[in-house]
Amino acid sequence: MKAIKKYFTDNLGIIIALVAMILFLYIFPTTHNTFLTQKNIFNVLRQSAPNMMLACGMTMVIILGGIDLSVGSIIAMSGVLGAAAVVWWGLPEICGILIAILSGLIFGLLNGMVIALTQIPPFIVTLASMNIAKGIAYVYSGGKPIRCMTDAWKFLGAGYVGPIPTPVITMLLVFVIGVLVLNRTQMGRHIYAVGGNDTAAKFSGISVAKVKFFVYSFSGLMAGLAGITIASRLYSGTCTSGDGAEMDAIAAVVVGGTSMSGGSGKLGGTLIGVLIIGILNNGLNLMGVNSDWQYIIKGAVILLAVYVDFLRSTKKSK
Amino acid sequence: MSEYLLEMKKITKSFPGVKALTDVDFQLKAGEVHALLGENGAGKSTLIKVLGGIYIAEEGEIFIEGQPVEIQNVADARANGISIIHQELVLVPHMTVAENIFLGRELMGPFGIDSGKMRKESQKMLDRFNLGIDAGELVGNLSIAQQQMVEIVKAISFNCKILVMDEPTSSISDREVEALFDIMRGLAKQGVGIVYISHKMSELDEVCDRVTVLRDGYYVGTCVVKETPRDELIHMMVGRELSSYYVRDHVDNTKVIFRCDHIDDGKSSKKRVKDVSFEVKQGEIVGFAGLVGAGRSETMQCIFGLTPGSAGEVWLDGQKLNIKNAVDAMNAGIAMVPENRKVEGLYHVQSVNFNSTIEVLKEFIRHLHVDSNKERAITQEFVDKMKTKTPSLEQTVTNLSGGNQQKVMIGRWLATKPRILILDEPTRGVDVGAKAEIYDIMNELTKQGVSIIMISSELPEIINMSDRVYVMYDGRITGCINWQDLSQEAIMKLATEETAGE
Repeated sequence: MKAIKKYFTDNLGIIIALVAMILFLYIFPTTHNTFLTQKNIFNVLRQSAPNMMLACGMTMVIILGGIDLSVGSIIAMSGVLGAAAVVWWGLPEICGILIAILSGLIFGLLNGMVIALTQIPPFIVTLASMNIAKGIAYVYSGGKPIRCMTDAWKFLGAGYVGPIPTPVITMLLVFVIGVLVLNRTQMGRHIYAVGGNDTAAKFSGISVAKVKFFVYSFSGLMAGLAGITIASRLYSGTCTSGDGAEMDAIAAVVVGGTSMSGGSGKLGGTLIGVLIIGILNNGLNLMGVNSDWQYIIKGAVILLAVYVDFLRSTKKSK
Repeated sequence: MSEYLLEMKKITKSFPGVKALTDVDFQLKAGEVHALLGENGAGKSTLIKVLGGIYIAEEGEIFIEGQPVEIQNVADARANGISIIHQELVLVPHMTVAENIFLGRELMGPFGIDSGKMRKESQKMLDRFNLGIDAGELVGNLSIAQQQMVEIVKAISFNCKILVMDEPTSSISDREVEALFDIMRGLAKQGVGIVYISHKMSELDEVCDRVTVLRDGYYVGTCVVKETPRDELIHMMVGRELSSYYVRDHVDNTKVIFRCDHIDDGKSSKKRVKDVSFEVKQGEIVGFAGLVGAGRSETMQCIFGLTPGSAGEVWLDGQKLNIKNAVDAMNAGIAMVPENRKVEGLYHVQSVNFNSTIEVLKEFIRHLHVDSNKERAITQEFVDKMKTKTPSLEQTVTNLSGGNQQKVMIGRWLATKPRILILDEPTRGVDVGAKAEIYDIMNELTKQGVSIIMISSELPEIINMSDRVYVMYDGRITGCINWQDLSQEAIMKLATEETAGE
């Protein structure tokens, strides 16, 4: 009970923003009948699922004081490789799915290794791997989508478990795992410690390299999972999917109250951040807003949400 | 013309919830070095920031040479000839000395910025103080002390009449301190009024003429340094009698439990630790004295497993330890509170709770279960033991005073239940009251059988607290002195080149 109360007071600013958006869409004439239907709610959650996966890894990365730009490209790469495995190599779907996830993990491991063992800034390292992953997706697919329509393939992104879309379940699983890692393990504490002050962490006997390696690997793994989820929902591995996804993930994390300077942040806030961005996309579509204008509105809302939170936190610190 | 160069009258400044200054008076004569003394939180920095135009006082007046002045911002302060050298240096490391001195008011020639002229002008100013600094050198390549000199030259180049220095000696070695004091005396002779903030009582006699003491935001008094005994100054600062400042019940003839043989950092260039051997007895406080850069901290880092490639043997209870990293050292019963708590110790954005328990996570986190009650109990135990003053265990550690931060740090490592506790500069940036408490706790710990290795650059601390003192110079131990024979002269002789040539 106390934990729930604390959750609400900690995230009050963005919860208000979320509720205001929901109310607005419920009251607004053109979306009144469609927005709060079960079908549309599941739709929003399904669309938000890949972003939640990315944001889960990204929250850890940003708490660590880093950034991971490669996740959007890993989505494209893992989707293409997974689909190719099924369609071109004739492997069973489950192998394709595992190959996709594994390819994301491998990129995460590589990012983690370079960042942990060298002094090269994460921004640069992941900028490079972003290009490499994107390149692999284009080269391997020849720029064309690899179509895969079997039911087993569709299950992960477009399927249902009972009435609930599969990606919603995956998303919740990922969220729970993320929360457990950050709050209930020594590794979680170490992530906050390294992000807060890595010199102090070294003097505390924390293996800074190990923590960095773990976090970037986890982020890569999440990107692989998001990649296969999207490829499943699109019935194809496409080299253009996941374009700009890293920015949506970073936006969700920042809206959720995690500081870009590292050392602090919560996955609970990120969850709300993901929902805000998901509902924003969905609502603008339902309202029939031109997709060119959507960018501008989205940018403005993100800025507003972060600003409200900034006002709250400066007030608190006084 | 007024008697005073600067007069601040009845300055009052509050922040939400706290009154930082109440009716504070301060008077500075031209040509004097005037110390501003007080515990952390006494209001020294606030007063200086009011003078510098960073804060605006609600009440009070400021007079310069008898004329009332309004200081609303930093530019006003500068226009009135006030320069402040802050504790954190604000030079740009990637620019040259000359560029830094002329930053924001670069000299222009017919083809844009005239670098040659700026460099020549700067060199002239630097040479006036015989600093031996090249105006074309990058600031990042200078030592901290040299950077401080550049700050001073920069301040003077603004034609300042009032120079404020906020703890300038906290991070420089004794010899550099001497050079700094020479410059201060020179400036005072030219008629500049200098306000000098420091925690180190020993520096007062050397360089200051008068001293003003603040306590809890109130003005306590102003006196002439030479006529005031040190005890009285401490009494003014703390507001109570410190019956026994240093508490030490010396131990003798206990058995040796910890021994380090031939410690070497294994580096080929910039070698700081050269074949260091020493031993520690049960319940002893072993001091490590020496100049800054003598290799004391580096030696301890080798022992603690923080220096890859270091060599040497470490023995505890007659058993040879195999320490490859800090975790091995902690498991063996060694703990180390590092020198610079801001950089090497604190997790600034985290709570007292987080900061206190980061070493002992495995005592309360197991199988995806966090025992919060146990966690709080551990924190509470060491907050009580260290007498840390914090409003709650959830308080962000940055908001504590320096003394309380240091207590959290020591408590953190005590939680690992060490047998050997290494304290690197345990009272740096800590106010007088908290210092006495830390000494008291050290004494208590040794009674319980803990052995303490204390690195300190404050000789009074070394002399009064240690049972034995090892002195280092240039990466080697040059001697060991028992507490009966300790004196400043004996230590300094070993800490400087005089004996090191052997």
